[in-house]
Amino acid sequence: MSDVAIKADDLSKLYKIGERQQYRMLRETFYAFLKKVYRPELKKENSDFIWALKDVSFEIKQGEIVGIIGKNGAGKSTLLKILSRITPPTEGSAVLNGRVSSLLEIGIGFHPELTGRENIYLNGAILGMKKNEIKAKFDEIVDFAEIEKFIDTPIKYYSSGMYVRLAFAVAAHLNSEILLVDEVLAVGDIEFQKKCIGKMEKVAHEGNTILIVSHNMSNIKALCDKAILLEQGKIKIMGDVNTVINTYMSSYEPDKCKRIIMDDDYVSGEKQIKVKYVYLVNSALNRFSVYWLTPIDIMMEIEVYESINDVSFGVGIKTLDDIWVYFVHQDDNTGGRWHFNKGRYNISVRLKNNLKPGIYRLAIGAHHKHYLKNIFHIESIVLEILDYSPDGQIPKIYNPGITIGEAIWEEPERII
Amino acid sequence: MRTIIKPSRGISLPDFSELWEYRDLFYFLVLRDIKVRYKQTVLGGLWAIIQPFFTMVVFSLFFGKLAKVPSDGIPYPIFSYAALVPWTFFAQGLTNSSNSLVGSANLITKVYFPRIIIPLSSVVSGIIDFFIAFAVLIGIMFFYNIYPTINIVWLPLLLLLAFITSLGVGMWLSALNVEFRDVRYVVPFLIQIWLFATPIAYPSSLLPEPWRTIYGINPMVGVVEGFRWALLGTTTAPGPIIIVSSLVTLIILFTGIIYFNRMERTFADVV
Repeated sequence: MSDVAIKADDLSKLYKIGERQQYRMLRETFYAFLKKVYRPELKKENSDFIWALKDVSFEIKQGEIVGIIGKNGAGKSTLLKILSRITPPTEGSAVLNGRVSSLLEIGIGFHPELTGRENIYLNGAILGMKKNEIKAKFDEIVDFAEIEKFIDTPIKYYSSGMYVRLAFAVAAHLNSEILLVDEVLAVGDIEFQKKCIGKMEKVAHEGNTILIVSHNMSNIKALCDKAILLEQGKIKIMGDVNTVINTYMSSYEPDKCKRIIMDDDYVSGEKQIKVKYVYLVNSALNRFSVYWLTPIDIMMEIEVYESINDVSFGVGIKTLDDIWVYFVHQDDNTGGRWHFNKGRYNISVRLKNNLKPGIYRLAIGAHHKHYLKNIFHIESIVLEILDYSPDGQIPKIYNPGITIGEAIWEEPERII
Repeated sequence: MRTIIKPSRGISLPDFSELWEYRDLFYFLVLRDIKVRYKQTVLGGLWAIIQPFFTMVVFSLFFGKLAKVPSDGIPYPIFSYAALVPWTFFAQGLTNSSNSLVGSANLITKVYFPRIIIPLSSVVSGIIDFFIAFAVLIGIMFFYNIYPTINIVWLPLLLLLAFITSLGVGMWLSALNVEFRDVRYVVPFLIQIWLFATPIAYPSSLLPEPWRTIYGINPMVGVVEGFRWALLGTTTAPGPIIIVSSLVTLIILFTGIIYFNRMERTFADVV
């Protein structure tokens, strides 16, 4: 028994549909009460319940790193929340042997007005560290985050990169025997991600147990020995990480088109043409994401308010650090601009995709005459390049660069 | 260390040893609240004085000068200000703690800790404001040549009474606020009514016994009359009132803890 770190017995969690993450107003409760009193026959029309997790049992030994995978809504986060004691199970029980830390988000409780130093202490305490522990590790944390110079600056002046590094640095120095991690590796630049993964591997080698939820199959593959696949709240398969990932990939449904409704707030420009919707025609996982090395098929539905000539459309990709990967115009090579009459149009474009897996921003825009005037410009669409494809190929994301390099090598030819 | 997770049902008391384990978190949350308050506002600590002070000025003008409300033989400004200092501490604590859980939703849904720390720290962080306003009170007393009586030794206990009342009601309201969001509209209204139901602008000596003692059912009556008695030497012996107030406060605190503890489990699902 002593070498078991986590033991779950029939963990189940029931949510009322519609009630999940929703508060009520007194007024509604009051009406519901009146309804019950005056129309008792309505009593039974109670809302439906859903098992977010049903009879989940498993055992994890000390020092094991286990990945939890599954589609959105499969119960991954619910499981982690129960094990983290954020929400109680409806049925079943679990025992965790050892000091537990959960990392469902990094930088929890960070306050923009406080300095880096103050936030390290606050965030550390929120994650369950003691004051002296934080003190002892303080220099190490600052060092890891690479923010020595700004440690006494309020973090509202930090760049997003610094912010993420600081947040991760605190989390990486948690001293716990059981670590529950949810999708937090998906932040920061690749270099820093590598550093974090390295740190986690080190933590694991010290005999700590890690349970990690991720959509990132290559991280799961790199870190974990075992994995659990959840499907509709139940364990579908548990065991060797490769077997589980393969089962998961082969269970994918055909992809669906994903639509984003454009909110005017994120659009700049003169707006003689308005973008109603942006579709990712070949989206994967029912998110705004595509598999790696798969062309990105974008369609935008636009409304033209008045006839307009000499319009050039453009699309581009930016990294989260605001670096342009590229931007192309429809008339770059042909020089042919478009003109529109009043009405609605669909504009379709296919982008070749050799981006490395990760999160990018999709930019679309329309320009008028020599690019001097923006008709509209949007950079707020988040596009994810997934790090696996339905055929199970996983890219080497640890090569440097933004794109996946392509090179054709020939066998060595002996010359002397 | 071993953690057992199981469905929680029924009524239970909080785990006090666990609460002690999380004392550092409590400390840093209080520190955060205090630092942020003084960093974010232009006037910083002055707010601690402005609010009770100007309320006192308005009360003195309308109730003291115009309506000629009696003030137990004490100059009216000092009479009302001595009551406004603990009142402001109570009202601030109540406002902050009522909104504290909803305001900390990102913490509650992402990490475990005894939730009671949140309303607790938001009441405690008002203590600095109290001390600032209290220093001004002492200053005004000297200005009027009034010196504290020996009964000032009871002041910490009276402050504790205000603190527990604020916490007890705050726990009820913060937990209710998670479930029913319209509670937040009720709080300012409640505080306003409560202000006039407490002898701040007028003395409780307006009431004959036994009504005066029964008046102590409002715990802030005990606090306010206690403060005046300990500092200004008012002749109304507040003993019986304070006893009644303390009993009521303990009931509020105890039921508040039970209710909070019961609702605590669902916070993360609802907030």
